[in-house]
Amino acid sequence: MKKIHIHIADVQPLISQFPNLDFAPDSLIYWNGQPSGQTCVRVPPERLIEVLLFLKYDVRYEMEQLSDLTCVDYLNFSRARDRFGVTYSLLSISLNHRLWVKCFVNDPNTEVPSVTGLWPGADWLEREVYDMFGIRFKGHPDLRRILTWEEFDAHPLRKDYPLRGRGERENFEAINREST
Amino acid sequence: MHNDPRHPAAPRRTGRSEFLTTRLDAIANWIERNKLASAVEKNVVNRALKYSLWPLPFATACCGIEFMAVAASRFDMARFGAEAVRFSPRQADMLVVAGRVATKMMPVLQRIYLQMCEPKWVISMGACASTGGVFDTYAVIQGIDQFMPVDVYVPGCPPRPETLLEGIMLVQRIVQEHGLRTSSERGMGLRLTVGKT
Repeated sequence: MKKIHIHIADVQPLISQFPNLDFAPDSLIYWNGQPSGQTCVRVPPERLIEVLLFLKYDVRYEMEQLSDLTCVDYLNFSRARDRFGVTYSLLSISLNHRLWVKCFVNDPNTEVPSVTGLWPGADWLEREVYDMFGIRFKGHPDLRRILTWEEFDAHPLRKDYPLRGRGERENFEAINREST
Repeated sequence: MHNDPRHPAAPRRTGRSEFLTTRLDAIANWIERNKLASAVEKNVVNRALKYSLWPLPFATACCGIEFMAVAASRFDMARFGAEAVRFSPRQADMLVVAGRVATKMMPVLQRIYLQMCEPKWVISMGACASTGGVFDTYAVIQGIDQFMPVDVYVPGCPPRPETLLEGIMLVQRIVQEHGLRTSSERGMGLRLTVGKT
């Protein structure tokens, strides 16, 4: 069965449910100027939970599955207004459609509500986004680093983090042949 | 080394014949104690030791797959007496670091090295373990020899199985030269290069 994406016109029930929000529904990417057909809506972080709750339980959407949760750093993007875009990829198995939800935050206050209450599988995904980008997920049950080590104090997928690090890979106590 | 003849691993006399069912270092010590340590016997012990290396694969990437090929029947590490691959540092004496070592993994590798009993030898297998290889990022150690002793470097990405066998034979030459000396006693190794005979 071919997976389809929600058409931009089908976002209308969501817009009419939250009339005071500007979802700015748009194609996620453009390919040679043509929309890709993957619809993306923007949600501010303070309204994120109620919108996702609606998308999960409304009969027209029924997004049972959070198929991915990731983040994009828009540093030095010419058209970007905000720095970080926390991205939710929602999938409805029963209705066979997908929708992207983006939630933009900026650096001093990079706090997004956790969606582990809606989809328990978001637990490690949010830990990874926290580890790599420093986005703090409010309400997460166990927000620790998941990939890098505990003493690491940077967020390496931020665009202003140097590729070769800030000396972390040299910062070890060497052992020699006399060590026991 | 067991200087005490009452040690359970020390060789003991039963009846009229000598049964040397014991550890190799105990045999060497026994030869030492009984003033039999001529060049011939030392050579015998070193030959016995060099054909019974027990490797510990620290395999984190494709070099580990190549190591498995070396251990399997086609390239057959058993021809060099090193087929007893052990996954516990207490039971092995040749550490084969095969693959890139992440920054998070380096303390683990150091701990494994320290847990191995002397005498021990370390092979840094492949470009990543020796230099970091193509992974010049914050997360990958740029050569394990910055942080721990290495006896033999095996080049390649990944090395051919024959190259790893060459590296094992280099370790055997170190063993032939230095025998049961610990890694601190023998120092930086023989400074040999592959191909030199």
